[in-house]
Order: sequence, then structure tokens, then C-alpha cells
Amino acid sequence: MPNHIKVPPEPASQANIFNLSIEELKEMAKKLRRHVITMTATAGSGHPGGSLSAADIITTLYFKAMHHDPQNPQWLDRDRFILSKGHAAPILYAALAESGYFPVEELATLRKLDSRLQGHTDRNLTPGVEMSAGSLGMGLSFGIGVALAAKLDHRDYRTYVLLSDGECDEGQTWEAALSAAHFKIDNLTAIVDCNRIQLTGWTRDIMNLEPLSQKWQAFGWHTIDIDGHDFNQILAAFKEAEKIKNKPPVIIARTIKGRGVSFMENNAKFHGKAPTPEEAERALKELE
Amino acid sequence: MVEVSTRETYGKTLVELGKENKDIIVLDADLSPSTMTHFFAREFPDRFFDCGLEEQNMIAIAAGLAASGKTVFASTFAVFASCRCFDQLRICLSQPRLNVKIVATHSGISVGEDGTSHHAIEDLALYCSLPGFTVVVPADAIETAEAVKVAAATYGPFYIRLSRPKTPLVYPEGYHFTLGKAVTMRQGEDATVIAMGIMVARALEASDILARQGIDCRVINMPTLKPLDEEVIGRAASETGAIVVAEEHLAQGGLGSRVAQVVAREKPIPMEFVNLKDSYALSGKADELLQRYGLTAGDIEVAVKSVVKRK
Repeated sequence: MPNHIKVPPEPASQANIFNLSIEELKEMAKKLRRHVITMTATAGSGHPGGSLSAADIITTLYFKAMHHDPQNPQWLDRDRFILSKGHAAPILYAALAESGYFPVEELATLRKLDSRLQGHTDRNLTPGVEMSAGSLGMGLSFGIGVALAAKLDHRDYRTYVLLSDGECDEGQTWEAALSAAHFKIDNLTAIVDCNRIQLTGWTRDIMNLEPLSQKWQAFGWHTIDIDGHDFNQILAAFKEAEKIKNKPPVIIARTIKGRGVSFMENNAKFHGKAPTPEEAERALKELE
Repeated sequence: MVEVSTRETYGKTLVELGKENKDIIVLDADLSPSTMTHFFAREFPDRFFDCGLEEQNMIAIAAGLAASGKTVFASTFAVFASCRCFDQLRICLSQPRLNVKIVATHSGISVGEDGTSHHAIEDLALYCSLPGFTVVVPADAIETAEAVKVAAATYGPFYIRLSRPKTPLVYPEGYHFTLGKAVTMRQGEDATVIAMGIMVARALEASDILARQGIDCRVINMPTLKPLDEEVIGRAASETGAIVVAEEHLAQGGLGSRVAQVVAREKPIPMEFVNLKDSYALSGKADELLQRYGLTAGDIEVAVKSVVKRK
């Protein structure tokens, strides 16, 4: 039976069980980055670049900002994290494993036959994964549905949706942007991981998105521009977003594709290519 | 025969369901007076969301609501509910098997004057190709009400295909629809007509005409395209030795293709197909179009005579 059909019991504790300090978050993000390198190198395929750019945002969500319970993935009042950029699955799996949704050893099965860790996310297979994704542009719409359900049920959980900047090419992203403002969705925080690189090159060359913040503003959103690798800024942005009422907030997080590994940084080659064993060894040394 | 609107019945059935179950949510894409979800919108404004002309967004919003425990009905015209948002159906509903019911109105060429762009004649091929989807085409208003209630009570993604024009009642009040089961409307031994949707009334009319000519024709309504009632098809093939399939859809991927797959495996016999050949239809009145493109009782009659000769 798919895991979403099960109705879970309410957990004993509703407290946020992860509350790392900034220093601890930095160490955790490094650890998750090491997982991304090892996982994709072991699998021989995958998307390390966009996983590394999102690492600090996802670390902050899972180890500080979100209320969630790995022992009870279907807890009805959990904050929801929706990975719209489904190709960044490795960094999400790393965060889920390190926070206790499944054993860390399982990360080595990424993309292998019969693994619960699919190339792109599958909500029926992986504990903690909210949305099956992989075709871009759908996550914000899905998140609006989840956020509307919270309002209908008078639950105060928050929905976080992580988009890539490249996926802002998709028309559906803007359908969702229009409707979130129309429905006054203020219990959702969208985050755009602006690493400025899509599969074949710089976004400005493939399909220019700028001025991106102004576009979201014009669609009726409250925008917060931050450095997506500065934990203080990420945390402050999440707090600011929660205070916005009657309109949806979006965090435009300026990031670096491949962040943390010198030869992967700003390198489109590593959008959808795994490091070789030699490259992985060099990368892991840099991430010690 | 008395003619009743299937989409109006759908709209009113939604209101009934909404009263019983507060987790029923309805979405539409700026067509609620036509799909008749406006009845629900009026009764339960807090549980109705008009997504504007954003069909792709609507399907993924429906998925998010369903993932949060809601039973979601999403409606628009059949052309938009299939071709416009196929990737969203695949990624957001089919793959995760979410509890969303797509109820599309204005299917087929009986849409009429709006013309080619508005004639959904590929929708069943698309929906039947999606793993996990249940596909239902009711024959009349009574079956529509039943199918909508069954869909609401059955977990998983559904596609229910309705029409624009009123449809003759082929069932008495009190008819009970069973998901995945065909209904033998009339017994017969010389040939079988398997039909769905608006073609069921035409198949019954054809069997009357054929009876007067001494051809004893069985008529089967196949409201559930997926999963298909294979047993009744196998039995019809064995017992009558000839099958005609009648549908308001392209030859590719609809009821005809699906029945033929079963016949080829279980009991190969002569078959004929009353459907839309490999082209689009033009503007015109519904009846004019059904006549022009070969979807009348007369066309079924000709097909039955032809298939009986090949036995």
C-alpha cells in the first residue's frame, strides 16, 4: 500500500527536534554535501551541481526551521518541504537520512534497481518525500494545494517549496505564481535556488530571467533577496516570510552551482553529470 | 426517449456528495457554468476554487490537496482536461496514484459548432495510457450520477467523460453501476455491439432496426474502459462470433483498440469499428456531425451486417 494512504497517529511530541546552531548547521551542510558527492559518484549518474547549490537552504530547513518528525513522516501537522526541482533529489535524500527518516547506509543505493531512492523523487517510495517530481514547473502548484488544505483544515503547518531558477522558464511556474497571490496563500514560502546555471549553460544565455525579483513582485509576491549560502540570511528570510500576511512570500536565494567543490562551482558540466571516482576523491578532500 | 443532461446531473450529484463529505473539494478552470460545477460553488464556496485558465496549475493543485487527504474533483472541457495538461496528469496524478477525479464535459464531436479545436477525440487514448487511472464513460444521466458517487468512494485517480448535449436515458431509475463491469443491455446471438457513452442509445436503436431484418444483435454497454470487463468480451466473442465496437473517439487507443486486444488474445473473430477515422471534424450541429462522420444507428447497422457476413 502506498505510504500516503496510511493515517498516522499523532506524535507524542510536537516540538522541533532539530535546533542546530549556525556552526552546527555549517558542519551538517558539509556532511550532506559529502553524501551528495559519494552518492552520485557511486551511482555513476545524477545531478550534483543543483544539489550542492541547495545544500545550505535544505540543511537550514531540516535541521532548524521546519517542524517535522522522522519517526512519523505522515504527522498531520508537520511542515511540508516540496522539492520542485526534483533532480536535486540527492541533497534531499541526504537531509532525510541524516535527520533519521531512513538509514544513512541506504544513500549508497541511489538510482539502483529496487532502491527506494529514485533518480527523481517518488512520494510513494521514500519516507519523508512529499511530492513525486522530475518534470519541472509543477511543485509550486502542488504546494498551493497543500497550503490550501492547511487552511481548509485549520492547521498551522507551513509549506516550503524549493524551485530552481531554470524551472522559472516553465509557464506553469507563473500560472502558480499568479494563483498563489490570487488565493492569498500566506502559509507557504517559496524559495528560488538561483544558481544561474541550467543544463547547457548560464540562464542569462539560455533564457534570461532577470530581473527575477521584480517579476515575482509584479505577480503579487513579497520578495526577499538573500545570499543562499549565508545561514543567518537564510534563517532571517524564513522568519520574515512567516510574518507576511495575505500575500505569498518568495525568497530569491542567490547561490553558486556546485558550491563547496572548487572544480564544480559555476560549472554547467556538473548539472547532470556525476563526478568520476578521482573527482569524487578530490571533492571529498575539499569538503573535509 | 427522454433526454437528460449528464453534466447537469454531475453538478447536482457533486452537491449531494459535498453535503455528505466535507473533504470533497472542487476545482474548475473558468468553465463552471458549462461543466455545472457552479452548483457546488454556490453551495460550498469555501471548498470551490476557480483556477482560471490554468489547467496545468489546476491538476497539480488538485494533487497537492489530494496528498493532504482531500477527495478532489477537477473539471473543464475534455480537450483541455487531456491534451492541455497531460504531463501534469502523468507526474502529479498517475505516478503517485493520487485521489483526484477529473470529470470532463464537452467530449467528442457532439460538442458541435465550436469545431476542431474543441472536439476531444484523443482523450480516451491519452487517459487509458496512464497507469493507475480508472476511465469511465457513462451512457446517460442515471449512470453519470452513479459513476460520480462510485468515483468519490473509490481511492485513486479517475477520468469521467461527459458530453455537451443532453443524452437519452437508457437506464431505469434504480440502476446500479458497478465499476469495471459491462452491462448487457439486450441479449442476442448473431452479433454483439459494444458501445459506450452517447453511442449506447444508438446501438440500441440499431439493434431494433436489425431485429426487424431478422438479425439478433446483442448490445453491451461498456462504461468502464479501464479496467476493462474482459470476461464479458470473451463471452460475446464465443457466443455471437462477431463484434462491432461503437465509440465517439478516434480509432486509435479508444474502446475499439482495447476490445480488439482482448478478442485477439481470447477468441479471434471478425470485428468492425464505428468510430472516427484518422482526421478531425469541422463545425456543425451535433447531429449533423455525428451523421457526417459516421456515428449514427445506421452506421452501426451497416457495420453489423458487414461483420455478420464475415463470420
